[in-house]
Amino acid sequence: MSDKRHSRLDAPRTPASVFAALGDETRLSVLTKLCNGVPQSISRLTAGTNLSRQAVTKHLRVLTNAGVVRSLRVGRESLFELEPQPIEEVRDYLDQISKQWDDALARLKAHVEE
Amino acid sequence: MSDRIEKTIELKAPVSRVWRALTDHHEFGTWFRVRLDGPFVPGQVSRGQITYPGYEQVQWEAVVQKMEPERLFSFTWHPYAIDPNQDYSGEPPTLAEFTLQSIPMGTLLRVVESGFDRLPSNRRLEAFRMNDSGWSQQILNVERHVGQAP
Repeated sequence: MSDKRHSRLDAPRTPASVFAALGDETRLSVLTKLCNGVPQSISRLTAGTNLSRQAVTKHLRVLTNAGVVRSLRVGRESLFELEPQPIEEVRDYLDQISKQWDDALARLKAHVEE
Repeated sequence: MSDRIEKTIELKAPVSRVWRALTDHHEFGTWFRVRLDGPFVPGQVSRGQITYPGYEQVQWEAVVQKMEPERLFSFTWHPYAIDPNQDYSGEPPTLAEFTLQSIPMGTLLRVVESGFDRLPSNRRLEAFRMNDSGWSQQILNVERHVGQAP
């Protein structure tokens, strides 16, 4: 696993850079496509969207610099895959479940105190 | 990443009342928003239907672990298992534990859910995939906040 962490360490990563990279609908849609864990080419990421190849390339660069996507060289083609760790670092998943518990416990409180 | 979520809440109700709200399957369903098929029995699977608005097609399934009267109730389940087309049964479940303690005003309830670090990473990102626009809005809010910081 240690070699897999290599490519995302090229640029300094801060929480702010991760937030900035994710704060864009288009980039989120690109990330969503990578959520299945399968490395994908630019052509594949462009297919089915109204984005140009250049636009997707530009967004991938921002995502790669933020460390949430990394590129792999396969023959002559570059593939891109999700690097989930920075996103885990912003703790979205736990925060949402945490929020669900807050809501459930608030309902429990109302239920037993009524 | 932390492996657990911990919550404590003070309830103005005696331990016996809170215990009933947690372990009577009708009462549990009222506040947890699930319609359960039958009572909770330690070691047995609990099944039902989520009643939370927007998620009514989702099945609830958990395995009751411990029922130590007025002290501890726990079950294992698959958090965020909200895609009806996906089989979550092969994944390691998380453990949810409710611990009750008597205090002067009533009951101190502690909830711990643990085991998240054992989930596959793509599942950890499921909330992200499921709630794209909400999440992006949240990220934008954070970004705005970060941007304002000196």
